[in-house]
Amino acid sequence: MNVRISGDALALACGADAVAKAFADAGATVERTSSWGMHWLEPLVEIDGVGFGPVSVNDVAPIMEGRAPSIGRIEDHPFIARQSRLTFARAGKTRPTSLDDYYATDGWRGLAKAREMGAAATIDVVLASGLRGRGGAGFPAGIKWKTVAGAESDQKYIVCNADEGDSGTFADRMVMEGDPFMLIEGMAIAALAVGAGKGYVYIRSEYPHAIAKMEAAILVCAHLIAPFVVEVRVGAGAYVCGEETSLLNSLEGKRGEVRAKPPLPALEGLFGQPTVVNNVLTLAAIPWILLHGGDAYAAFGMGRSKGTMPVQLAGNVKHGGLFEVAFGITLGELVYDIGGGTDSGRPVKCVQVGGPLGAYIPPAQFDLPFDYEAFAAADALIGHAGITVFDDTTDMAQMARFAMEFCAVESCGKCTPCRLGSTRGVETIDQIIAGKNIEANLALIADLSETMKFGSLCALGGFTPYPVMSAITHFRDDFMVRGKS
Amino acid sequence: MTYQPQTDFGTPASKSTGMVSLTIDGRETSVPVGTSVMRAAAEQGTSIPKLCATDSVKSFGSCRLCLVEIDGRKGTPASCTTPVEPGMIVRTQTPHLAKLRKGVMELYISDHPLDCLTCAANGDCELQDQAGAVGLRDVRYDVQASHLGQEKDHSNPYFDFDPSKCIACSRCIRACDEVQGTLALTMAGRGFDSMISAGLESDNFLGSECVSCGACVAACPTATLIEKKVVEVGTPERSVVTTCAYCGVGCTFRAEMRGEQLVRMVPWKDGKANRGHSCVKGRFAWGYAQHQERILKPMIRQSISDPWREVEWDEAFAYTASELKRISDTYGRHALGGITSSRCTNEETFLVQKLVRAGFGNNNVDTCARVCHSPTGYGLKTTFGTSAGTQDFDSVEDCDVILIIGANPTDGHPVFASRMKRRLRGQDGRPPAKLIVIDPRRTDIVRSPHIEAQHHLPLRPGTNVAVLTAMAHVIVTEGLADEAFIKERCDWDEYSHWADFVSLPRNSPENLQPVTLVDADELRGAARLYATGGNGAIYYGLGVTEHSQGSSTVMAIANLAMATGNIGRRGVGVNPLRGQNNVQGACDMGSFPHELSGYRHISDGDARALFETDWGVSLDPEPGLRIPNMLDAAVDGVFKALYVQGEDILQSDPNTKHVSAGLAAMECVIVHDLFLNETANYAHVFLPGSTFLEKNGTFTNAERRIQPVRKVMSPMNGLEDWEITQALAQAMGLDWNYTHPSEIMDEIARLTPTFAGVSFKKLDEHGSLQWPVNDAAPDGSPIMHIDGFVRGKGKFVVTDYVPTDEKTGPRFPLLLTTGRILSHYNVGAQTRRTQNVVWHTEDLLEIHPVDAEDRGIKSGDWVKLASRAGETTLRATVTDRVAPGVVYTTFHHAVTQANVVTTDYSDWATNCPEYKVTAVQISASNGPTNWQEEYEALSERARRIATEVPAE
Repeated sequence: MNVRISGDALALACGADAVAKAFADAGATVERTSSWGMHWLEPLVEIDGVGFGPVSVNDVAPIMEGRAPSIGRIEDHPFIARQSRLTFARAGKTRPTSLDDYYATDGWRGLAKAREMGAAATIDVVLASGLRGRGGAGFPAGIKWKTVAGAESDQKYIVCNADEGDSGTFADRMVMEGDPFMLIEGMAIAALAVGAGKGYVYIRSEYPHAIAKMEAAILVCAHLIAPFVVEVRVGAGAYVCGEETSLLNSLEGKRGEVRAKPPLPALEGLFGQPTVVNNVLTLAAIPWILLHGGDAYAAFGMGRSKGTMPVQLAGNVKHGGLFEVAFGITLGELVYDIGGGTDSGRPVKCVQVGGPLGAYIPPAQFDLPFDYEAFAAADALIGHAGITVFDDTTDMAQMARFAMEFCAVESCGKCTPCRLGSTRGVETIDQIIAGKNIEANLALIADLSETMKFGSLCALGGFTPYPVMSAITHFRDDFMVRGKS
Repeated sequence: MTYQPQTDFGTPASKSTGMVSLTIDGRETSVPVGTSVMRAAAEQGTSIPKLCATDSVKSFGSCRLCLVEIDGRKGTPASCTTPVEPGMIVRTQTPHLAKLRKGVMELYISDHPLDCLTCAANGDCELQDQAGAVGLRDVRYDVQASHLGQEKDHSNPYFDFDPSKCIACSRCIRACDEVQGTLALTMAGRGFDSMISAGLESDNFLGSECVSCGACVAACPTATLIEKKVVEVGTPERSVVTTCAYCGVGCTFRAEMRGEQLVRMVPWKDGKANRGHSCVKGRFAWGYAQHQERILKPMIRQSISDPWREVEWDEAFAYTASELKRISDTYGRHALGGITSSRCTNEETFLVQKLVRAGFGNNNVDTCARVCHSPTGYGLKTTFGTSAGTQDFDSVEDCDVILIIGANPTDGHPVFASRMKRRLRGQDGRPPAKLIVIDPRRTDIVRSPHIEAQHHLPLRPGTNVAVLTAMAHVIVTEGLADEAFIKERCDWDEYSHWADFVSLPRNSPENLQPVTLVDADELRGAARLYATGGNGAIYYGLGVTEHSQGSSTVMAIANLAMATGNIGRRGVGVNPLRGQNNVQGACDMGSFPHELSGYRHISDGDARALFETDWGVSLDPEPGLRIPNMLDAAVDGVFKALYVQGEDILQSDPNTKHVSAGLAAMECVIVHDLFLNETANYAHVFLPGSTFLEKNGTFTNAERRIQPVRKVMSPMNGLEDWEITQALAQAMGLDWNYTHPSEIMDEIARLTPTFAGVSFKKLDEHGSLQWPVNDAAPDGSPIMHIDGFVRGKGKFVVTDYVPTDEKTGPRFPLLLTTGRILSHYNVGAQTRRTQNVVWHTEDLLEIHPVDAEDRGIKSGDWVKLASRAGETTLRATVTDRVAPGVVYTTFHHAVTQANVVTTDYSDWATNCPEYKVTAVQISASNGPTNWQEEYEALSERARRIATEVPAE
């Protein structure tokens, strides 16, 4: 009997190793694959395409004996069937560091195509795809590449930003743990397109499994991407190093401090050289785009938001997991239809989209389509497409305080609005929570938020006002009732 | 003139020549490509609020006060980090911007002590100014966390660090990184906890890597880093630009004053030598000017065994003149002589040599340049035709290869070293210049943050010529010479002769390795790099000149530069780093016994006639005595009177015992100085001098730059030095009537072709001028030999290596070489009378671990340093900075008297002493030598000043 069980960190956390061992002990052949991304079903066990989950050690015998209930064919599961998996096409299906599996599933064909068409045509394909940076800023990847390609230098770099620090996000980790060759292939294509000789994957230290998988994968495929060389660098625990310029400083061995732009990293990046800094999801989308063409990718999505987005559902949600879908789906569909509402069963109070710096969005706005421009117009941001669900027991004043506190803890300290403003923000919200001068302090928070939003050097301080002000705007009662109780 | 800080344009000037036009607040302006919006605004007189930006360092973009609105751009970009673009329309003041700035300022002030009225920076604080500029009226935060009430760091003797007032703008860190290049400071912690740190938490400023250059203090916008003197005195109320009196870099400073009290010296940003930077000496170590040991009244005595007797100026001049007349009448006019000082102004120096030539009636005048850079004068005059360096300091910005030989710029010429290091770090987007260091010691520049020499050739002291000849061998035999340049610019026959010589197998690096101890492959690599690495510039110091083959080494350097075509444009050249502030000027002014000003030989009848007509005297056509000859003649009983201005030959000249014997044999030694220096122990007349702060004049630095020295306070001794020399001349019957040093400069210009266009008026207009200044170069000459050598064809001179007679042997197996340290200057007369002693309280002997172990010596042990000439004791420090077989010390402290040990050997051409090579032995010791004890007793006796018996 051939049993496939994910080796993804989330599955491991849910006890996948023990389950795998039990199957092996029972005489089954166990294959450790990537994860399908249905987190509420982990450990998910697949036998001949049929899924069982979540599985505990006690379920092993009934499953082998054919007397356990299944979830049916995994591919047909509505959570999977509704997706448009381009980047996560291999999720759940291949062994992450198996070159054979990768070859067998169109691996390296994008790179081969890029080599065939050359640098300029490769960039044209990426431009045509409309792919925008998946790290949060949404800057068109092709234009960034073109800038780097056009810069004069003997040494250029590809830097993959894998410092995935947003709360409720895990797509980068799933790519690195589940399909590392795809990321490496994407980097190799980028290197070819811009003329870079060296690539770095900057992975947060909190991702030991991803680091191990990436290192193992780099080792086995080095000959396939040569002369391009990829190296893993591990972060040191600072959230702000997910910001591209502080990431570059950290890579250089310096204090993880944000750099002012200009100069753009594309022209003066790592070690002062032209550098492509792209998020994991951006680079991971590249092999598919090269293989199927820019137009095929651009056929997905809406408006200026082309292609698919691997949305991550987390928090107080019934069906949490990775849901790759074309841009344009509404928030309501994602939360209710896909996510199944809250895990607690209580009414949804709001969702936070885009990590700890994203806006809190109330159900009244759940008709918002997943689209960069639509979100921006609603004073919200897509960011890395993490959606965290909260139920009606959430105290939004505490959530606003948390946003300021997060910023204070993670601030690099370079610019004044973030360095001092975040601490003053915590103090002022504490005043509100204590019921002191609520109206005046809310006005002060509004002014502070404006200072931070327009004055901060990077998105950490600049976006902290989103959760703060959205909490105040949509849930003013949570702030006004203070002191009355 | 009321006090105004220098204008701060916020970001450095762009060096681009292309121009961009844009509109700022409705006014069209045009600035060079690469200029920031902030600077463009500042240049048109629009001041955008700012705190983290200052024009000495690159833009940083952290304070967020300088936000502007630009048509077509999202948000509010920072003007400091946004370069101008054609047609840009910028608004610097809108309601939105005003609100943001107020919001930022409200945050700053929420974490700042509100003690402006009692703050040392009150009235000179950018935070205060900007709070006013943005119109902040109220801080609404109910503050819990703050940085107030932290302990101050008073450890540095010259400035305080008060972290409670820090706004974390990083200007100090960036100044240390970019301007000074020491990288001593860092930001500790992050976010709200960000704090300036001088290294580890356990480090204070004094204990850190900080070299106390003051760049951080100058950069600080608040009272966080502030001069102790400002804390003590208050803020200055006026300023005068003047020139530093320490080393040959010639930094210009704003002497910032309150009344006649000097509050601080702030480097002048428009100074072309220092470009707004400074070192610990010029910036802070000027307290000696008011030191209690300074002598302010003239003194005389019959015999050096008598105590000094204070007299009025008239009596001093009359007595001195009568003594000089008596000696001249008794022993003949050749028994008199004078020594000019490289620390005094051009005008003062000119007067002293004029006094000797026109008043004493002989040419017995010499200068301390004799003992430092006389071989430079000889060597460069012979090969190029001019006794001076070929470049300006700015030239280093265009170097591709920097070759340093016998110089330790980070200690000796720190401000220029910082500019050099900037180039070696490769800032401004260009790859770093490569570095070759030829020095027996691993000096700091060999390896320092972000700098590592491609080649360090740790040669055996005394083998400079052999090393340079071996480099020439490589260049010629490997076909790396620039023959096109040589054919066009040099004498080809002389080149061929020289090339044949250097190509001899005996001059190969491999053959010379046993002599030089330099690895042949490393030497070949260095030679190839210098010859082929692009613009190659040679910088050298006293490690080249102070040898028995000093002049040969200078010529060998010139040969290398000519052979590789590295002469006559920016980024190349031969650059002597002058030791003292006015070595170049003292040489220019005719201080040598054989030369009139402008390097014209005294035997040149035409030149002499010019002076004779102007001065109304006839001049002796025979060259006079050099310093060592004067001392020899004194010992022989035929030289009896010496006027020494601003020079301490007893401590600074070699073989102290011989110097003291010479001085003791004289009948009238006149010392004109600030302090009772060591030479004054043998003096009969003491004329108290004035400091550089108390007089007008000019200094000429290592790049031939003539810079004004301006009087900022009245002389405490009553007279400026030029007035003292003039009064002495008048007492001797000379009809001198200068009313201002500018008249002396007019005379110099009249009599000296290379100075023909120089006047105080023109210096005021230009700030400074590099000679030659004449009809051909009315604005001076930054780079020399551009279209051809001054002498016509460049001259190659064969420099055969001749080992010095000073040799090691069983009794004296080690080689001593001497030098100096950052915090002290020369004999230490000035710096030892400042707080600089906290860094260097005594001269230490550096010895290699192997040699130390052989002798049972540990760091901190007292050791006896003995040579054939004498012996002294000092403490040892064991370090591999020196090679085995080499020991090193400084000569800053009179108690050590390192020159007791040095010998009479000197340069074959110029008599420049061989300070850099002395065979010595080191042994354990338990106390001062007999010499030190006897000398101490003599000093004590000789420095007695008779106290007036009060009238009853």
